[in-house]
Amino acid sequence: MTMVAKDGVTTPKLIIDGLSKRYGDVTALEPTQLNVPTGEFLTLLGPSGSGKTTLLQMICGLVEPSSGRILVDGRDQTQTPVYRRDIGLVFQHYALFPHLTVAENIEFPLRMRALPAAELKQRVKDALAMVQLDHLAARFPRELSGGQQQRVALARSFVYQPSIILMDEPLGALDKKLREHMQIEIKQLHRETGATIIYVTHDQEEALALSDRICLMNHARIEQLGTPHEIYAKPATAFAADFIGISNIFRGQVDTSSGGEIRLSTRHGSFRLPSGATSVGKEAAIVVRPEQITLGSDKGNTVMGRVMDTVYAGSETRLIVDLDEGETLIVRLPPGHPVPAFGERAALGWNPDAAVLVP
Amino acid sequence: MNTKGIAGMTATTASALSPRQRYFRPNALWLAAPGLAFLAVFFLFPVLRLLALSVQNPASGAFSLESYARIANTDVYLQVLGITFKIAGNTAIFSILLGYPLAYWLAGLRDGLRERMVLLVMVPFWTSYLVKTFAWMVVLGRTGVINNMLTGSGLASQPFPLVYNEFGVMVGMVHAMIPLAVLTMMPIMIGIDRRLIQAAQALGAAPAQSFWLVYFKLSLPGVTAGGLLVFISSLGFFIVPALLGGRRETMLAQLIITQVQELLNWAFAGALAAMMLVAALVTCWLYDRLFGLSSLSGGETSAQNGGSGRLRLIGLAILRVIAKASAMLADVVRKVIGTRGAQLLLPIYCALALAFLVLPTLLVIPIGFTSSQFLEFPPPGYSMQWFETYFSSPVWLSATLRSFGVAAATALCATLIGGLAALALARSSTRWGGVIFATFLAPLIVPRIIIAVGLFYLFAQIGLVATDMGLVIGHTVLALPFAFVTITAILKNYDWRLDQAAAVLGANRVKTLFLVTVPLVKGGLVAAFLFAFITSFDELTIAIFVSGGIKTTLPKQMWDDMILQLNPTLAAVSVVVFVIVTVLLLLAERFRRTA
Repeated sequence: MTMVAKDGVTTPKLIIDGLSKRYGDVTALEPTQLNVPTGEFLTLLGPSGSGKTTLLQMICGLVEPSSGRILVDGRDQTQTPVYRRDIGLVFQHYALFPHLTVAENIEFPLRMRALPAAELKQRVKDALAMVQLDHLAARFPRELSGGQQQRVALARSFVYQPSIILMDEPLGALDKKLREHMQIEIKQLHRETGATIIYVTHDQEEALALSDRICLMNHARIEQLGTPHEIYAKPATAFAADFIGISNIFRGQVDTSSGGEIRLSTRHGSFRLPSGATSVGKEAAIVVRPEQITLGSDKGNTVMGRVMDTVYAGSETRLIVDLDEGETLIVRLPPGHPVPAFGERAALGWNPDAAVLVP
Repeated sequence: MNTKGIAGMTATTASALSPRQRYFRPNALWLAAPGLAFLAVFFLFPVLRLLALSVQNPASGAFSLESYARIANTDVYLQVLGITFKIAGNTAIFSILLGYPLAYWLAGLRDGLRERMVLLVMVPFWTSYLVKTFAWMVVLGRTGVINNMLTGSGLASQPFPLVYNEFGVMVGMVHAMIPLAVLTMMPIMIGIDRRLIQAAQALGAAPAQSFWLVYFKLSLPGVTAGGLLVFISSLGFFIVPALLGGRRETMLAQLIITQVQELLNWAFAGALAAMMLVAALVTCWLYDRLFGLSSLSGGETSAQNGGSGRLRLIGLAILRVIAKASAMLADVVRKVIGTRGAQLLLPIYCALALAFLVLPTLLVIPIGFTSSQFLEFPPPGYSMQWFETYFSSPVWLSATLRSFGVAAATALCATLIGGLAALALARSSTRWGGVIFATFLAPLIVPRIIIAVGLFYLFAQIGLVATDMGLVIGHTVLALPFAFVTITAILKNYDWRLDQAAAVLGANRVKTLFLVTVPLVKGGLVAAFLFAFITSFDELTIAIFVSGGIKTTLPKQMWDDMILQLNPTLAAVSVVVFVIVTVLLLLAERFRRTA
C-alpha cells in the first residue's frame, strides 16, 4: 500500500491494528489494518452497512472492538473510555446540548478539562471567530439555522485541539447548496488547524472534494485505499469503479487471441486490454470512464449501439446509448461537439490503454 | 361536474358567506362542544360554587369570611392543614427520589423490553388504592407479615409499631405515588437524545458528569411535572391516612368527609375544600412561573433553558459541582466494587423497587384463599370459604353488579365524549387548542375530594344523590381525561390522508368517520373504554358521597368494611378486584399498542 512509502519515518497519528467487530453472527467490520499520518484528511467512504460508521465509533470509543488495537501517537487506546480519549466527534445531527447556549456548548469540553477561566474565555472567543458566529454566542441551538448549528458543532470539536477529529456524515442533514459551502469551510478549518480528520460519508462527490486520501469500504472491509485521483483513475475493483464516478463496465473472460495477444471476451465482442495485462483464463472486467469514449471506430476497441437519450448538463453533454447486445453505455461529449440525434446508430470507441482491468 | 361549475361554487363559498354563516359553519371544533358543556356543568360549576360557598354565611348567604376565620382560629384545623402539606410534600419528594432511578432505567431499555417492564409499574398504578392499602395493613400490622417474621425469628422481642403512625402513612402514600412519578418522568427521559450523552463523553465528560450536566438537566421538566402531580394528588388523599395513620396523621380530605357526612356543615367543608384547591392552584401557578405548564404535556418551553439569566447560571454552576463530586464518588465506587459491580447497582435497585411496588399486593392473593378466620401470612391452610362468603352475600353481590353497570355506562360516555373532543382537537388548528386540552385534563389535576363534594352539593339539589345516574356522571368526569388522552395519542399517529382519500373517492364526512377513521383507530377506542371502565370500577371518593344507603358500589362496600373491621372476606374481594382490574389493564395496554 502506498501510505507506508508516503509516511515511512514518523509514527502515524492513528494506527488501526487488526480491528474487527462482530454482533453475534453479523460481522460489522472484518479485521482491518489502517494507518493515518498526522494532519491527514482521510475519508471513510462506502454504502450504508459497509462498516464505516462502526470503524469510526470504535476509534472514538463508543463501540467496543471484538479484536484488534487502536493506537494514537503510538499509545494503545483500545481500553481507554470515550471521555479520556481526547478525540473530537462531530455528529450527523450535531448533538448540540439544547439547554446550553452556543458559547456554553463550545466551552463544555474546556470545562471538562478544567482550563483556567481566562484561557477558557479566549479559546471560546477564538473558536467562535473561526466559524464566524461571534454575534450568536448567547443564543440557544434551536434558535440557529441548520448550517449555523453545524458550525457550532465544528467549533466545539476543534476548540480543545483533540489529537484526532472524527466526523460522522456531518453535512448529511443540509441541502446541496449549503453542503457545498460547508465543505469549503471544513477544508479551510483543516488547513488552518492542521488537525487530523477522519470523515465518514456515503457521498462520493464529497469524498473526492475533501480528502487527502479515501478509504473505500464495502461489505465490512476496506475495498481500496488511496488518493482521490488514484481511486478514480485506477479503481482496484469493479465496485470501486462503480461507486466513484460514472463507469462503463464490460465483464468477460481473459483469453489469448490467435495472434498471441491477451484480450477480454465479452458478449459485446472481444476487446484489447491495457498493456501489461495478464491473468489469462480468469473472469475480469474492464472499466471505461464516459470521458474516454468517443464517437467513431478509430480507437482500437469499438461497440455499436443506438442513441436513446441525450442529457445536456451545461459543461458537457451525456449520451445514453443502448448497445446492440443489451446494457447501456454512458458517453461524455465535450462542449461544442456535434450531438447525434435520438435513435441514430453510432459506433463508439476507446483507446485500450485508457481503460482499467479489474478482477 | 364541469370546470365552470367548480369555479362557480368556489366563488360562492368565498364571497357569499356572511360573517355569521362563517361563524356557524360546521367546524371540527364543534365536536368538543358536548364534552366542554358536560365539564362546565358537572365539573367547573360545582367546583367554583364550592369556592363561593366558602365565603358565604350559611344562613344569610351574604359574603362572609367566617369559615376561614374559624380555620385560622382553631389549632386543630391549622394542624391538619400543616400535616396535609407536610405529608403531601414528603410524599412528592420520596416518590421522585425513589422513582427517578427506576424511570431512568426503564427509559434506557430497548422498546420491546421496556413495554413489558413498564407493566410492572402500570399494574400497581391502576390497582385500587383500597387493595393496596389493605395489603399494607396486612403487611405492616401489629400481627402482620413483617412483625411476624421479626418476632418469629427472634430478631425482635415485641412487634414494632409500623402502622397507625407517620411511618405507615408514608409507606402507603409513597407506594401509591411512585408509579405516577415514574410514568410522568419516563416519557421525558425517553425523549432525551442519547447521542447528546455520547457527545458529552466524546468531549471529555465522565459518565457521572455527562449524566448531571446533560441528562439530568434535560430530565428536569419530567421531575418537576412528576413532583407537581404527586403533590397535588397527595393533597386530597384520605384512604391511606385513614387506614394506615393514627389521629395525628389526619389529613384535610378526612376532615372534609367528616364535615359533610357527619356534621352536614357545607360552608365549612367548602372552606376546607377551597383551601385545598387554592393550595393546588398556587402550586400550579408557582410551577408555571418556574417551569412553564406546557412541559406537563411534553411541549417545548423555557424550562429547557431552565429560566433565564442569573438563576440559570447558578443552576448550571451547582450542577457542575454535583457532577464533579459524583464523578469522584463514582471513581471510588468503581475501585471498591469494580466496574462490573458498579454497572449492576442500578438493575439491582430497580429490581428491589419493582418488588416493593408489586409484592405487597400479590401477598393478598394467598390470604384470600386462607382457611383461617384471621389475616395470617402464610395462611395455615387453604380453602374457598371466603370466596363463598363473598359470592353468597347479597350485599357484596349487588355492590359488585352495580360497580360493573356503572363502570360500563361511564366508559361508554367517557369514550364517546372524550373521543369526539380528541377528534375535534386533531382536526382543527385553533389557538384555543391548548385551553381545550387543559380543560379536559383538569379533572385529573383537581383533587378528587373537591370534585366529589361539589358534585354532592349539586346532586342534592337536583335529586341525583343515591342514584346510578349520579354515579355515572361523577365517574365520567373523572374518567374523561384518561379516555381523552388515550384517543388523542392514537389520533396523533393517524394518517389523515386516508380521510382525504375517502373524501376524494366520494365518502361524506360521516361515512368517512365510520367507514375509515373509526375502524382504523378502534384499538385506541377500546383501550380508552377499558381505562375509563377501570377508573370507574375502583373509584371511591365520589361513591362515598353519591352512593348512599343500599345503593353502594364495590369500593364503597370495601371501604365501609375496612373501617369497621378487617376480615378475610376483604382479602377475597381484593383478589377479585385486583384480578379484574389487572386483566382489563393488560387488555387495554394491548389494544393501545396494536392501534
